[in-house]
Amino acid sequence: MPDQLLFGMEVALNGLMAGVMYALVALGFVLIFKASGIFNYAQGVMALFAAMTLVGIQNGQVPFSYLINAIFGTDIQYFGWQAPALLAILLTVVVMAGFAWLVNRYIFSHLVNQEPIILFMATIGLAYFLEGVADLMWGSEIKKLDVGLPQGINDWIDQTTFEAFGYGFFIDNLDIVATIIAALLVVGLVLFSQYTKQGRALRAVADDHQAALSVGISLNFIWVLVWSIAGFVALVAGIMWGAKSGVQFSLSLIALKALPVLMLGGFTSIPGAIVGGLIIGVGEKLFEFLIGAPYLGGATENWFAYVLALVFLVFRPQGLFGEKIIERV
Amino acid sequence: MLYREAGDFKTSYPADNQTFPIKFDRWGYWVILAFAIFVVPFLVNDYWASSLLVPFLIYAIAALGLNILVGYCGQVSLGTGGFMAVGAYASYKFMTAFPWMDMFTVTLLSGLVTAAVGALFGLPSLRIKGFYLAVATLAAQFFLVWLFNKVPWFYNYSASGQISAPERSVFGITVTGPNTEAWAQYAFSLVFVIVLAWVARNLTRGTMGRKWMAIRDMDIAAEIIGVNPLRAKLSAFAVSSFFIGVSGALFFTIYLGAVEVGEAFGIQKSFLVLFMVIIGGLGSIFGSSRAPRFSCCFPWCSSWWASICWAGPPTSWHI
Repeated sequence: MPDQLLFGMEVALNGLMAGVMYALVALGFVLIFKASGIFNYAQGVMALFAAMTLVGIQNGQVPFSYLINAIFGTDIQYFGWQAPALLAILLTVVVMAGFAWLVNRYIFSHLVNQEPIILFMATIGLAYFLEGVADLMWGSEIKKLDVGLPQGINDWIDQTTFEAFGYGFFIDNLDIVATIIAALLVVGLVLFSQYTKQGRALRAVADDHQAALSVGISLNFIWVLVWSIAGFVALVAGIMWGAKSGVQFSLSLIALKALPVLMLGGFTSIPGAIVGGLIIGVGEKLFEFLIGAPYLGGATENWFAYVLALVFLVFRPQGLFGEKIIERV
Repeated sequence: MLYREAGDFKTSYPADNQTFPIKFDRWGYWVILAFAIFVVPFLVNDYWASSLLVPFLIYAIAALGLNILVGYCGQVSLGTGGFMAVGAYASYKFMTAFPWMDMFTVTLLSGLVTAAVGALFGLPSLRIKGFYLAVATLAAQFFLVWLFNKVPWFYNYSASGQISAPERSVFGITVTGPNTEAWAQYAFSLVFVIVLAWVARNLTRGTMGRKWMAIRDMDIAAEIIGVNPLRAKLSAFAVSSFFIGVSGALFFTIYLGAVEVGEAFGIQKSFLVLFMVIIGGLGSIFGSSRAPRFSCCFPWCSSWWASICWAGPPTSWHI
């Protein structure tokens, strides 16, 4: 096989893996949008915040240490213990659940029945706020996240493909793990929403708020629950991205990449988020490889996803798996 | 406004359609206008102009434009930063290609160029609605910023990739470049704000504005009663982009003087202007001029306050 083709295949495969990462963020969006109609711009920052909290707890960092030191003139930074990864993850989930409760109690309970755009802007405000809090709480330096996930080139794939094509594919172990975890997460979410009481309540709320209220489902509880789950998904995304490129503030920008993913897949569809993520991931990598870098001066990844989504939507306005839009006067 | 008349005392259609139905507001408007025209230019100095007044005026224009699109026509746009960049780069190209052109013409032409680009990116709005459209306009934002970064023709092949405004004047008074006096910056922006606010107000209460509002309230119903959605939506995109383009041009020529596109017209700018529109009130021309006052004043006040609290007298105290 010609080298160019093989290289293209490798690019596509890596795009697929990047797509899984986008899909992980998009998943959190879909969950919240389905249940509460809130388009949560803060999802990316939640991933950042979760990853920072995880690293902070793992390293025994004192939260708000900068603030404390500045006010009291002390010099404390670390508690001096290292928490095991699993415990740290559990504690972070608790923190994210607490965050979910706070957000619902102090922001969205005041905005019930507001227009979607107002809720959207509120989440943008929340994103800025959370970014500031994360900065103040854990410091702004780039942190290394290590929860014991395998990293580096996968030798088995490298060797097998080398024997088959005479060209070894470079696939990161972490990407493979991310794919498996994303698949598990989706299966888990589907099982949860199909077979548990809370899951059914969640689907009822997603279907119709008022009807759900009338059969005795507590909207407040469901919203806190769904924000907690979104927080958990954010944590998973944060771990993956953090392990890949370090926990840093540019992490919050991946939220934006999740938007075209959502548009492609439809705002209300969990499989849509996954498929959309894969299409965007492969599409932008291949476009950059085939057209962007040779002819357009590169860096087309910044906008290609949006333009692809835009063109796609012109032909299918509800996205791939979105509910059919029925308009009545 | 924050208050209204108790009761409905109007007897004629013009009275009903008045911009300021309450006498107090009418007088207040003229007093503020007179103050802004006849008093402020003589008091303003560099510090006040560049930290508060000029950005306030320029953002007011951008917010007016976005309000026409979001507040009156109901099409959410997150491409404001990109359209401002179009205005800025268009004004740069006009200024360098036609050095004899005066700044009013340059700014208005940049607005027209942006209007054309805006109408182009408004085309998807005929198919896509709501949040899908908001995200679709992000395509404009990222694509335009990328374009101005990657195509050297836009920044005249300068080594840094930046554009910087050459010195140009209006009626013999320098309004761009480093030698501009504060009052000239202020007055030049003020003229645009006053004229464009007047235009916006009258557009929105005329036929065009009614069509926009019909589309906003229920586009299918509007179509049934004979509003052409293609023309209504595209005209909203074009008019709004014209305003935003003018503000982008002023932002570059008058306020910053030199611009790097990703930094000055990034996605943050889109959100900032959208915040202004929402804080000021969707569908309110006067809200659009109130909100930048808040958005410009608040960071300024808080940084001023913080600098007093944390570091003694503010560093900019020497003005």
